Order: sequence, then structure tokens, then C-alpha cells
Amino acid sequence: MTMEKLENIPHISEISNCGVFSGCRAKRRETFRERSASSDKVLPSIEEAIRRTGLRDGMTISFHHHFRNGDHVLNQVMDVIAAMGFHNLTLAASSLAAIHAPLIEHIKNGVVTHIETSGMRGELAEAVSRGLMDCPVVFRSHGGRAAAIRAGKLHIDVAFLGAPSCDPYGNANGYSRDDDSSICCGSLGYARTDAKYADKVVIITNDLVSYPNAPWAIPEYDVDYIVRVDDIGDPAGIMSGATRYTSNPKELKIARTAANVIEASGHLYDGFSMQMGSGGASLATARFLREKMLEKNIRCRFALGGITGQITAMHEEGLIDRILDVQSFDLDAAMSLKKNHFHHQIGATYYASYLFNAAVNQLDFVVLSALEIDTNFNVNVLTGSDGVIRGAIGGHPDTAEGASMSVVVAPLVRGRIPTIVRHVGTVVTPGEVVDVVVTEQGIAVNPRRPDLAEKLAAAGLCVHTIEELQQKAEALVGVPSPIRFKDKIVGVVLYRDNTVIDTIRQIDEDET
Amino acid sequence: MYVKDRLRRSMMFVPGNNPGMVADAHIYGADSLMFDLEDSVAHNQKDAARLLVYNALRTLDFGKKETVVRINDLRSGLGVEDLEAVVRAGVQVVRLPKTDSAEDIQECEEHIARIEAAAGIPVGTTGMMAAVESATGVLHAPEIALASKRLIGIALGAEDYVTDLKTTRSDGIELLFARSMILNAARAAGIAALDTVFSNINDEEGFLAEATLIKKLGFDGKSVINPRQIGPLHRVFMPSEKDLAKARAVMEAIAEANARGSGVASLKGKMIDRPVVIRAQRLLALYEAGKITDGMEDE
Repeated sequence: MTMEKLENIPHISEISNCGVFSGCRAKRRETFRERSASSDKVLPSIEEAIRRTGLRDGMTISFHHHFRNGDHVLNQVMDVIAAMGFHNLTLAASSLAAIHAPLIEHIKNGVVTHIETSGMRGELAEAVSRGLMDCPVVFRSHGGRAAAIRAGKLHIDVAFLGAPSCDPYGNANGYSRDDDSSICCGSLGYARTDAKYADKVVIITNDLVSYPNAPWAIPEYDVDYIVRVDDIGDPAGIMSGATRYTSNPKELKIARTAANVIEASGHLYDGFSMQMGSGGASLATARFLREKMLEKNIRCRFALGGITGQITAMHEEGLIDRILDVQSFDLDAAMSLKKNHFHHQIGATYYASYLFNAAVNQLDFVVLSALEIDTNFNVNVLTGSDGVIRGAIGGHPDTAEGASMSVVVAPLVRGRIPTIVRHVGTVVTPGEVVDVVVTEQGIAVNPRRPDLAEKLAAAGLCVHTIEELQQKAEALVGVPSPIRFKDKIVGVVLYRDNTVIDTIRQIDEDET
Repeated sequence: MYVKDRLRRSMMFVPGNNPGMVADAHIYGADSLMFDLEDSVAHNQKDAARLLVYNALRTLDFGKKETVVRINDLRSGLGVEDLEAVVRAGVQVVRLPKTDSAEDIQECEEHIARIEAAAGIPVGTTGMMAAVESATGVLHAPEIALASKRLIGIALGAEDYVTDLKTTRSDGIELLFARSMILNAARAAGIAALDTVFSNINDEEGFLAEATLIKKLGFDGKSVINPRQIGPLHRVFMPSEKDLAKARAVMEAIAEANARGSGVASLKGKMIDRPVVIRAQRLLALYEAGKITDGMEDE
């Protein structure tokens, strides 16, 4: 066969091509098994993987938080990075837990100089609140983070992603198809964004399974290297067997009221959609909704978000058609993801990105928790009554804005600490998108939603003003002395569109 | 000021030494809140509980709920101090435990009257209820129920009572005599009859069976130890749609007869006797009161 000269082909400049054929790649003759055993993506150590990624001082590295407080990946990788002498890194985790306290040393030693996360707890959060870092920590919602990564505002150089199963080519998942006894975290939704957009991706797994590890959360073409280690996490800290419904009568009372609010709002119709946040009362709301669904003989089209065994049980019962799972909260949820075809794993972008018509925009309602709610309906889920960081934004503002109705459930007071206050310590979700507040002592509807107030009143629900609830709380526990802060800004809170919505200052503990 | 005749389907025990439970007591929809200074409070917590309940009664707003305090019995040496605190704090009803005789009630009433006078509260403001918890008490129930004008009701305390009888709690047969005795004593005196607690909060079926039984016997209500028992209890006491329709039909027939100027009303060819009318009236009143109270749960 004689190949025409390219220039002799009419319109060749308009036809997409890569030049003239010059021969195939060398044909491989090993068996499939032999090829798998010699995959050049699988590296012997984390150190080798770091070296191969080309990590340099000043770069951004990322981790996911699907292992919650049982995560052993982040600390393990950071110890190696520190030992290799890197400095001035930005750590962009989808969230951080109490177990990540060893980061304090890495920050003191200059290994990590900036952090981006959804939240923070424990000793690290305490230290940051006391001014540990020069550069403020950036707090983003899950949707905000996904949007920032996609838009290049948060560029990840190297992602280190723990995975309970991975094959030699990098197809990784949050559970193992072959084995129920190994570590399991269910959905790897937040990690999928990192895998897709990071320059280099390293999967850290304890279970190297044979190709193809289908179904996968992360496809092999997004993965550069794989390291098998013995320990990626503590199963007990990653997830417990099943999130039990609360038996706390106060939480049950709140949950029952929230379910009544949802019914009265008109959002409980055949084919509705919903999301239940974490927290005793919001999870328990599902139980009362279930009773109403059975009574009315209606079904939910889809449940979104962090998924628990309660939601999957309703799916298996035929009450919920589809589950969109960005994060599995318990083992029952993870097992359902594995066995139920219509329990579907989604990534952070699909879930909540501001840049798309994300799944949160299809919600009828979301039930969310709060640390504080103020009389302008602003919600704080990030800092405690002492000003110390002790929470995570999660999908709070994403779902509150996306859903037709956002319901925030919280006790009026927690011990001696009021929940309904004049001003929240930190605005995470602005009052514009918070529609109804449910406490055990009454319901308040945002004056921006007279339509909802009218429907609730028509259903015979007793609606208070938020000021009345605030006054009730104040009558019970009084007015706490104001928290003292220093001038230094230790945290910057971004709204889901990545605009700055609030700042967190260093707490002042000096003797006065 | 106490109210003699009111809805008392549920009387919720609240340990007097638990600030969280005391502050939240009114949110669960119980008709009466009973702050306990007696058996649910350890001996070394008695003064703390008394102080807490005293301050709660003076400062917290329990809405339209009836406030009751179960004091320690007067023989324990703690009861009078309890009375000094709760009467001054303005409790609506004092529940006297382990009442064996009319004299026990009279002794307690004397203390209450003395404290009211000393505190500048009109004498007679504070109501009382008697809890009968022994064989002696059950046998004296008729006199106990008549022992004071302040009495709003008489209650059975079953745990001590069955021990006194040398038996244990079972399907309710062991309480049949005591319940009947107390109920008749209450009705003869024109006061409320209140049943004992059901302790296994996870046995909803058993609770419902007991609640149904005491409603059939004629009790006004029952003590509860957990907010979860309130909803099921109120549902037992709420008249069914069928009974409501019947009662309404009776009242309509009466109204019709009155309009005709006839003293005799009939329904479906049967003459309506006076007891039928009274029962219909009571049932409708219970329904209305219950509907309003349960509807206001969020108040």
C-alpha cells in the first residue's frame, strides 16, 4: 500500500488527523494476569509515589474525608512528605476530622502553610482558632469546593486518595465487590472531583483487587499511581453499623414537628425529592415522613446527599425510587450502594456545584442542623459558642439555596447555650436561603417566605416569629457574655459561589 | 391556683433534680407535669431537687399545663421542707405519696394552710392529690378521697402496693381491687381517679393494653414516665369517630325534642335516657378539651 502524500488529499487541513501512520505500538504477549502483575502504576511505597508525582515546595495537595475520624491516609502521607523535606504546601482536604491533629506539627514546621477544607474539629481546630497559622484557613462548602476546583481557582497539584479497593490500573471504589469484611466507606463522591481535576492522582489502598474493579468510583484514566499499604483506616472510625434513630424525646419532638411542617408546606406529594442532613433530629425526620408516606400512599422520587441506613431501608421498602449518594454515613448505606442498582454514587460536582444545575437544585426540601441561628435566619455550623472552630460547612449552603424549602432543626438551647441568638458567631448559610426553623419550643418561618407561613398556619401549625423564639431562649438561659476576639483573622468562610461571606477571628483568652 | 375539674389524661413524672428535663417538661403535650422530689431523687440530691423545682416553678413558663409536685412523705422528715418550698413557689397541686388515712391528708393540709398564710398567699390556693400505695390506703380510699376540699384527685401507686400485697405486677388482675376501690372512692367524692405508671417504656403494646383497660374502668388518666407514652395515651382517651357521631346524634335529638317542646327524645326509635345524654355530653367535652390541648402542643 502506498500512502498518498497528505498534501494531495483535498481539504486535509480541515480534517482532524495526527499525520501519517508510522507503525503500531509494540504488541504485548504476556497474559492478562502477567500484565496486571506488572502494572507500572503500582508503586512500592508512598515515598516513591510522591517522588514520581513531581511534588515540589509550594504546591497544593488534596485528600478526601470519606474515612471521617477513622482516616489513616492523610497522617501517613503527611508524615512521609514531612520526612522528605517538603515545605510551604497547601493542604486542600474535602474536610478534616479530630484524627488529623498531627497536622499541627507539620504546620509548626512549615511543611503545611495553608489549609482549605469544609470543616475542622478537635485539637487542630482549637489550635487554628488560637492563631496557629499565618494564612487564614479557607472554608468552602462541598459545592463551592467542587466549583473552585473545576474553575481552576483551587488548583490541586497532587491528590492522595484513600480507597478501600483499587485494581492495578487505578479503578478505585469505596467498597470491595469481592469481600464484605474489608474496610468500606461506601460512596467516594468527594474524591471524584479531586481525581478528575488534580494534575497527579495517587490512590492509597489496602486492597489491590484484580482488574477490572467494577463498578468504580474513580476510573483508571484519572489515576497516575497506586500504593498498597496495610492500613488506610480504622473501620470503627470510618463508619458504624447503622445510624440508629434517636430515642431522645426532645429530638423526636423536633423531628415530628419538622415532618408536620413538610407535610403542611405541600412538598409531600407523590414523586417529591428530599435530603436529610446529619444530626439526630434531621435523621429522625425521615422516620415520621415515612409514616406519612405510607398513610398517603406516595413515593419519593429521589433522596440526595449524605445517605444513612434509614434512607436505604426506605428505598428497599419501595418508598424511595432513587438514591443519589455523595457520601455514605453508615455501613447499611454502604452495603445498599453495593447491592442496590438504583442507589447511585455521585460526585461533588454533580451533587452541589454552583457552576451547574446540580442535584441540590432538584430538591423539594432539605432538613439541616445548626449550631446557631440568628433572628435574621443566618445559620452557623462552623464555630461554637466560645468562638472555636468545631464543625463543617458540608453541603449546608448548597442544599439550603438549591432546595425549594430549607428546614433547619435545632433545640432552642443546648444546656446553658442558646441556639437561637441575635447574631450568629459565623455566617455560613445566609438567612436569604433559610426558610423554616423548627425547635422543640416552636416553629419560625422566614418573613421572606409568606407563602410558607400561610400554608403552615392553614394546616393548624403554631408559627412563632424568630424573635419570639430568641426571647424564649434568652428567658431560659440569659444572655451569654460576648466572646472576645483578637484582630487576627484565622479563617475565611466562602459561600457556595466562592464569594467571602464571613471571617473567623482568633479567640482572645488573655486575662482582662 | 388549682383547677378542680380539668383534663388529666396524662400526668408526666419529671425528676426534680434534672434541670434539662424540668425546663423542657411542658413541650411534650402532657396535661399535667409532676415534678418529683420523692422516689426518682437520690437521698443526697433532695435539697438540690427542692431548690431546682422551687426556682423552676417561680421562673419558667409552663403554659397551660397543670403543675404538680410529688413531695416526700411527711414521716420521712423531708416532706414539710418540700411543702415550704413548693407552696411558696405557687405550685398548683401537691401530691402526697404513701397516703394511708384521712389524717395524713389533714396533716398535710394543715402545713399547706400554715405556709400559705405565712407567705401571704390566700389560704386554699394550693390543691392536693393523694397517692395511695398500700393495702391500708386502698381500704381507706373512701375516707381519704373526702378528707379535704383541696383534693383534686386520688391516684394509685402500684409498685409499693403490690409489694404490700405480696405479689408483683402482671397483667393487671393484681390491681383490679385497688383500681376499682380508688375509682369508686374518687367518684363518690367527685374528684379525679388517676392510674399508676407503666414502667417498661419500650413495651408500647403492653402500655396501650393497660391504658385501654383503665379507660374502660373509668379512670380520668394515668401517670407517665416518658414523653413517648403521652401520644399513645391521648389517642386511647380520644373518642373514636364512631362514638363522636353517636354522641352528636344524641345531642341533636335532644335539641330537636327541646325545640318541639317535648321532654322525651328518641333516636332510631329508642328513647334517650338521661345517662345516655350525660355520657354523650362528657364524651363531647373530652373530645373538645383534648382537641384544643393537643392542638396547642407547640405553644
